Amino acid sequence: MSQVEVSHVTKRFGTMTALDDVTINFTDGGFFALLGPSGSGKTTLLRTIAGFYFPESGTIRIGDIAVQKVPVEKRDIGMMFQNYALFPNMSVADNVGFGLRVRKVSRNEEARRVAEALELVQLGAFAARRPQQLSGGQRQRVALARAIVTKPKVLLLDEPLSALDKTLRVDMQIELKRIQREIGITTIFVTHDQEEALTLADQIGILKAGRIVQVGAPRDVYDHPVDAFTAGFLGDANWVPDSAMSGLTLPREPDGFRFATRPEMLTISQDRPAPGTNSLPGKLKQRIFAGTMATCIVDVNGESWKLTARDRDIPQIAANDDVWISWVPRDTMAVPR
Amino acid sequence: MTGGLLALVGRIWLVAILIFLYAPILVMALMSFNASPFYQLPFEFTWRWYQDLSGNAQIATAAIRSVLIAWVTTLIATALGTAASIALFRYDFRGKRVLQILLFPPIAIPWLITGTAMLTFFFAIGIGRGTPAVIIGHVALALPYVIVTVTARLASFDITLEEAARAMGANTWTVLTRVTLPWISPGIVAGALFAFAVSFDQFVVSYFLSEPGDTTLPVLIYTAIRKGFTPEINAVSTIIITISMAIMFIAARYSKIGGNN
Repeated sequence: MSQVEVSHVTKRFGTMTALDDVTINFTDGGFFALLGPSGSGKTTLLRTIAGFYFPESGTIRIGDIAVQKVPVEKRDIGMMFQNYALFPNMSVADNVGFGLRVRKVSRNEEARRVAEALELVQLGAFAARRPQQLSGGQRQRVALARAIVTKPKVLLLDEPLSALDKTLRVDMQIELKRIQREIGITTIFVTHDQEEALTLADQIGILKAGRIVQVGAPRDVYDHPVDAFTAGFLGDANWVPDSAMSGLTLPREPDGFRFATRPEMLTISQDRPAPGTNSLPGKLKQRIFAGTMATCIVDVNGESWKLTARDRDIPQIAANDDVWISWVPRDTMAVPR
Repeated sequence: MTGGLLALVGRIWLVAILIFLYAPILVMALMSFNASPFYQLPFEFTWRWYQDLSGNAQIATAAIRSVLIAWVTTLIATALGTAASIALFRYDFRGKRVLQILLFPPIAIPWLITGTAMLTFFFAIGIGRGTPAVIIGHVALALPYVIVTVTARLASFDITLEEAARAMGANTWTVLTRVTLPWISPGIVAGALFAFAVSFDQFVVSYFLSEPGDTTLPVLIYTAIRKGFTPEINAVSTIIITISMAIMFIAARYSKIGGNN
């Protein structure tokens, strides 16, 4: 286990700059999510840390070793791919033991460690199967066992759960988190799913156009986005129109800042809320029922606001009725312009 | 109703094509078991021509030569062709498309022309006639077949398998032998069988490039036919066809298995 330090890394493909002076630290034993839209450079960053790409400039340290010029096979990493990349010509046990055989570990030692790794992912009974005989979730776990069996310094996951359906994905998220805690390995995973990033990671790095925009704990990044992009990318943001700012209690002076709230912070009512809360008048456009939760779309000064709450907590209001939207002043986000 | 009629016409058509393709071969094969040396009927079964063959030193020498040349050709063409396929699959370089397109004409160019060109070329650079020239010629003819079959198999290869192996610490050689080659092996086997068949059945290039006396089986058959047909030649030809068809069947099976094994 080691920490990973990426400093001032730039990576170009032809004329395209995929990583632009990226600096980010991954602390020992942490679970990091690299989050960003497609083309933001998150996968390039992961593959550069892995050693599939060599940066044009900058340094990468895994533990105490500068590895930016070291090829992938000498970096001592564990990696899990989006499509699992299990070897079809080998059994589950041989897949998991591959890295150990490459390292010339003895037969007995290999068998012992493979069994241990398969036990960890709860696939002890499947050692003799072929990957083709497993379900998507099971393949996933074989890939994970294979990535950690060599006790690598860092575990790299490239959109590991995106090929699974939603229920299975949630199960695997819990499983992944449990295993990561159990072995305490520094883990970096790439995702475009903000919910997955918020659920799994203790630190999130947000990328946009090859640059790191913000790094922090999920709650910090969610509550205090550094710009409008991050605010909108991690969840829905309702922007307070400049014209409506005067009557509101805001967390700071408005120069150089815009203000926003998250949909789940809002309350909707037909009566004007008591003073002490921030409130804005609007018109209910639509109410979308989704099981336990419901979403309301409210027109506020020409801006479309989104509100989510438990369905039973939202009063019955007809569409196009006048409503009040209100929230507690401390739930206002101040976002630099 | 029309569908049934169409299917019937189709079936008759297929049978007609098969007759067109195989009737002469079948007649030849039958005659190799006919007692009369002048192809006279009624048909009277005999092994005589095959027994004569085993006593014919000239044919035995030519057969051994053919097999040896085919073996060497197969080894060289398969190794070169597989390596070339992997390179074409893995790397992007200038002129790659042109190179890939240039691989196919040798299949279409008449062997007579290829043979003449090779003869001229080999004399110009000093290789001249002889066994090395024959092998080089056969390898050149067989190479496109190997590249086509191996490339077809590689098309279904998932490159992330190589990346996964490297991430686990495997060097280039280990990745190749443990991951890439096992996956493409059906394509390699099919390509090797094609290469063997191309070499073993090759007449024109062998005829042009062999030194007088060093004949391969097809060349020997040609020379023998010029002196007049004998049932012995029918027997040799039947053996060659049986071997070639067996090889093609196996090759076809392997290249088909290719996609979904």
